[in-house]
Parts: sequence; C-alpha cells; structure tokens
Amino acid sequence: MKTHLLPALRLTLALLLVCCVAYPALVWAGAQLAPNSGQGETIRHNGRVVGYANVGQKFDRPEYFNSRPSAVDYNASGSAGSNKGPSNPEYLATVHTRVEAFLSQNPTVKRADVPAELVTASGSGLDPHLSPAGAYAQVERVARLRKLPVAQVRALVAAHIEEPLIVFFGPAKVNVLRLNLALDSLQGR
Amino acid sequence: MTNELLGIGSMYLLTLVLALPLGAYLARVFRGEKNLLDFMRPVENGIFRVAGIDAQREMSWQQHMLALLTINLVWFLLAMLILCTQGSLPLNPDGNPSMSPDLAFNTAISFLVNCNLQHYSGESGLSYLSQIVVITFLQFVTAATGLAAAVVVFNALQSRTTEKLGNFYNYFVKSLTRLLLPGALLIALVLAFNGTPMTLQGKQQLITLQGDSVAVSRGPVAAMVAIKELGTNGGGFFGANSAHPLENPNYLTNAVENIALCIIPFAMVFALGFYLQRRRLAYMIFGVMTIGFMALLAPTVYYELHGNPAITSLGINQNLGALEGKEIRFGAAASAYWSITNTVISCGSINSMHDSFMPLSGMNQLLGMMTNAFYGGCGVGLLNFFAYLIIAVFIAGLMVGRTPEFLGKKIEAREMKIAVIVTLLHPLLILAGTALAAHTYAGNPTEYAGWLANPGFHGFSEMLYEFTSSSANNGSGFEGLGDNTPFWNISTGVVLLLSRYLPIIGPVAIAGLLARKKYIPESAGTLRADTATFGVMVLTVIIIVAALAFFPALALGPLAEHFGLY
Repeated sequence: MKTHLLPALRLTLALLLVCCVAYPALVWAGAQLAPNSGQGETIRHNGRVVGYANVGQKFDRPEYFNSRPSAVDYNASGSAGSNKGPSNPEYLATVHTRVEAFLSQNPTVKRADVPAELVTASGSGLDPHLSPAGAYAQVERVARLRKLPVAQVRALVAAHIEEPLIVFFGPAKVNVLRLNLALDSLQGR
Repeated sequence: MTNELLGIGSMYLLTLVLALPLGAYLARVFRGEKNLLDFMRPVENGIFRVAGIDAQREMSWQQHMLALLTINLVWFLLAMLILCTQGSLPLNPDGNPSMSPDLAFNTAISFLVNCNLQHYSGESGLSYLSQIVVITFLQFVTAATGLAAAVVVFNALQSRTTEKLGNFYNYFVKSLTRLLLPGALLIALVLAFNGTPMTLQGKQQLITLQGDSVAVSRGPVAAMVAIKELGTNGGGFFGANSAHPLENPNYLTNAVENIALCIIPFAMVFALGFYLQRRRLAYMIFGVMTIGFMALLAPTVYYELHGNPAITSLGINQNLGALEGKEIRFGAAASAYWSITNTVISCGSINSMHDSFMPLSGMNQLLGMMTNAFYGGCGVGLLNFFAYLIIAVFIAGLMVGRTPEFLGKKIEAREMKIAVIVTLLHPLLILAGTALAAHTYAGNPTEYAGWLANPGFHGFSEMLYEFTSSSANNGSGFEGLGDNTPFWNISTGVVLLLSRYLPIIGPVAIAGLLARKKYIPESAGTLRADTATFGVMVLTVIIIVAALAFFPALALGPLAEHFGLY
C-alpha cells in the first residue's frame, strides 16, 4: 500500500485541479453565453423580479390559476415530494378533502373533470406547470372572480399551452406563473 | 398518451444509436489506438508528471486492486475532512452548517462508492465547496474507477496467458480525459442553456406575484448534474434531485440526462465486443440485459399511466396517470422510464418520487437493483454480469458433462467460489439489513415512529428499498424513510462499503486468475458463450440467484400492497 500512497496523493491533487477548478470554470464560462448568464431565468413584472420561470410558486388565492399541492409549500429554499404511498389511508383522505374543496370552489366543474394533478403533490414541491386540463378546469372560477368574459380567459389559457417537444414528444403543459402574469397584465395590475 | 410513449421510445432508440459508436471509440481508447481525442494527451501527460506515475508500467490484478483501494482511502479522508468542517470553510453563501460525524461518514462513503445515497438535502446540507470538491469530484473519479476495473477484466479475457494486465492509472485517467470530462462539459452546457443555474451566488430572496416571500436556492448546478448522470452517480444537487425544476428544467433536458446515464453502461457492453473482437458475445450480453430491462419497464409504464385505483374510485379525471410525486413537464411515462433506467443502472437519480409509485412499479424498481446487472453501473454493471456469466458457464458445463470453459479458459473451484460469494453477498446484505431494521422497528414502534412515512406493507417496502439501494450502490430511495439517524447512517454506510469493493475485487480476481491459465483454442467440444441458448441460460441463472432469493421479502412488501389496492 505504501508504494501506492504517494502517487495516490499526488494524483488526487492533480485531479482536483482538473475536475474542481478547470472543469467548473469552463462550464461557468460557457454558461455566461446562455440566457440570463447561468443565473436561471427570472421573470420581471412592474419593475421587480417576481419569480423564476422554471420554479413553481404558490398560487392559492382563488382569483389566480392555482398551482399544484406542494409538500414544501413552494418554499424554494428546499424541495421534496410528499412520499406518500398509494395505499396510505391518511393520504387518500387528504386527496379526498382536496377534491371536495376544489368542487366547492369550482361549482360548475363536474367531479369526473377534476384534474388529478390539482389534488396530488408534485415530485419537487416546486412544479411550475399544470396540464391544459388542469388550467381549463379553473377558467370559469377565475373569470367569475375577475369579472372577465369566460371566452377571454379560455383564450388566454389556449395561448399559454406549451406544445410537446418538437410536437411529438412528452406532455403539453401550461406555465402557471406566466399564465397568471398575463391575467394580471390583462387587467392592468 | 401517444406523445408520452413516443417520447420514451425515442429516448431508448437514441441511446442505442449513440452507444454503438461510443463503444467502438472506448475500445480504441483503452487499447491505446489512435482516436478522436488524442489532443488530450498533453493533459494526461501533465497529470502523470504531477502525480509521478509511469503509466506504461504493467500491473498484476493484485497491484491493480491495491492501487484502487489506496486512492479510494485518500478520497474518503478528503471527503470526511471537508464535510465535517464545511461550515467554517469558504464558498458557503447560505451559511450551511458542518455535518454531524455519522452523517458525514454516510455521505463520504456513499459518494466514494458511486452510490450517492443522500441522507441530507443539498439546499441546506452542503456548502458550494462541498458540492464541488467532495460531490462533483467523487462523481468523476468513482465513475472512472469503475471503468478502469472493467477494462482490467477486458484485458484479462484476451486469448493469451499473462500476469500483466495494463496500468490502473492509465485506464483511470483516460476514462476521465477521454470520456467523462468532455462528455460532462457538453451535457453541462446543454443544461445551462436550458435554464439550469451555474453560479456561486447564494439563495435569492424574492416576493412572488401573489405576494409571498420566498428564497430560491441556486448554485453551481449544471456542472454537477452533468457528471451526476454521465457517471451513473445519481446524487442530486437539490433535495428533489432531477425532479427539481432547476436541476431538470424541461423535457429536452430530461431526455439528455436520461440518455447520459444510460449511455456508458450500454456502450461498455459494446466496447467489450470490440475490445476482445467478440462482437457476438457482446450482442448476447446486451440481449439478455435488454430482455430483463424491458420486462421491468413495460409493467411499470402500464401501471403509472393507468393511475392509482384508490384515486380512480374518487371519480376524478386521472387521464394523465398517477401524478403523486411526479412533475407535469415529464408526465407519467417518462417518469416510469426514468425510474426503471435508474434502478437497473446503478445511477439512482430520480425525476419523480419512487415512494409514491404504484406497488408493482416499486417492485420493479427493487428488482432492477436486486439483479443489478441489466446494464448496471459505470463499469461495475458489467462486472456484476460477469459473475453471473461465470456461474452460468459452470452450471451449463455440468449439465452437458464438459469441463466448464469461458473464452478458452477453464473455470475451476476457486473462480466459482469467488463468483458465488460475490453474487450471494448482495441478497445477504439486503435481507439481513432489512430484517435487522424491521426487528428494531417492531420492537418499539413508538420510539422509531419517525422512520416510516407510510403504515403497513408500504412501510416495510421503505426499509427494504433503503437496504436494496445501498447494497446495489444505487442511491435512490423511498424518501419517506426518516433516514438521517445513526442507525441508518451507520448500517447503510457499512453495507455500501462491502457491496462496492467486494463486487469489484471478486470479478477482477476471477479475471486475473483466468488470465494466468493456459489458453485452450476453441474446438467442436467447446461450450460457446456467444449463442442465444447460452443467453437463456444466463438469464435463468440471474432469475434464480437474484430474483427468487428476494421473493419472500417482495411478497411482504409491494406484492401484499398491490393485492390490497387492486
């Protein structure tokens, strides 16, 4: 072991320079050319940063499109899922409560149309998206509370649907923050 | 649903298309032939000069293992030192504290052995210095360690008789300079251009549109995530790993990360074929691995796309499948695909919470780690498979009444003993560990109430998963388990150590012993290892040895939960 110890120490030193100095520096330099120079894409509104495009935030006020339940309450200094197993009775009771709450807030929506994502927590607790169905199910409530025509709000959702990658791959989705921003802008807020 | 299936189908095909030429390239690199990245030679020579290493000196298999273990010990001490003092070291903008000794032990071991089991959350548990110098560093060098060990085995399986099996440092450094560093750089840039942060600034405070005050964690994420996947490490920068929207911002980055973690294990199988000029053998191995992989993948995708029956009975719209613990931008199919690729391959990163998958999906994730040889980890997957191969050769030899031979070398009692010890170690560690935990828990459920997030069969699955993941050096978890306690930190730490080094040393020793033996040219009486018949034989051995040993434990956990739910 002794014959290998000195080379091991010196090799570790050399590799620290390569893997922990040169490599991150190269990635950092490359990232400077990326949009927002490697800081993550932020969104500004009325002159201030209101969030990251990719990091979901809490929308629980009824006049906004609500985001999904979150195990960390959208506190982005951490991240986690609920880790509830599919047969956990306590968890299933929570889901049931969420379904009833959604139905009472959105009386025009049929039970069979309540989107599962609005009653289940995401993996990160910071999911920035809803499915198109998840947004459409909230249109009538939002329109009613904001005194906007339903058709106008529906059109706004349609305009915010992000198609699957190169049309074919993966699910379609709606960025909740962008949608709610557009909604606020519509009313000049 | 069609879009989701198209997505995962094309991910698999693209990985395959890229892995074939990469395998040919790797064979050239490790044979020392002319290749695309020869311009890296000055860098390699510089590294060898600083380290004072003669990269041409040939080593025996024992010298290889000694070199490997010594440098691993150095890395362990380095990691312990930094993790225990990170609170007072620079590059800690969020002011995160130093780790407790038992947590530092678990973390250092877990990254040292390429497992990346995490009993902390990156946002609050590590400084940026630790993320770079401990985590990113170990993610590079442990992947290269696995590759170097695999190349030693390649070298030993050639048709000749020798003690000399190349130079460990040469294989190790070339794995870094010719594969991992350039590959990771490419992936990191793709991530950075899609919104993954690469910054040394701390959390950003902001007021959301609705008026809540939040802090958003950031950091040098892109550099770390790239090697996390490419080196089949799997430990996330953030607590939620690749489910986190900054660590994995969209469907494209998800595909890039998923392909990255599959490509080296795929390519190494092909590299074996090119290296030994036995391409049929490589296709046989790849075929067996693919059958095993698909058998686990298909039911998982099915169950996730069809949603949770207990939620279906609430009468709501579950068209998108089971969404608890999943992200909308990936969907149920890509989450299921990711979970199976990450468990058959010992990467263990996650883009959705495995704890919330349907019971049989969870069982398939467990089976991926229990067999641990369908593609498998960076280099080491092939070593595990090699142990199964040896057993299959032996049994097949006995069945037809011939002396067992593999690639022109006789398999004798010594090799068999090592192969059997290596393959039985895995169920022993998993089952004994789970039994110990279950016994401890059952002895005093109130004291250990913090362990399990779910009652009943699922709670048992959480403990079973933790030991399976540790022993497979996988690193994913049923994260409902409250695992940052001395019991879990120390018990899984010990399992991690045993299950990394013995399964490397064992197969390398077998290969080293075989290399010394006289080469017997193939004749009409030789049992051919590169046929479909032999492939079926290997698959049978894997099912008997790996899967059946675990059946009783699976019956108590996921199977029982499944029949209660459906």
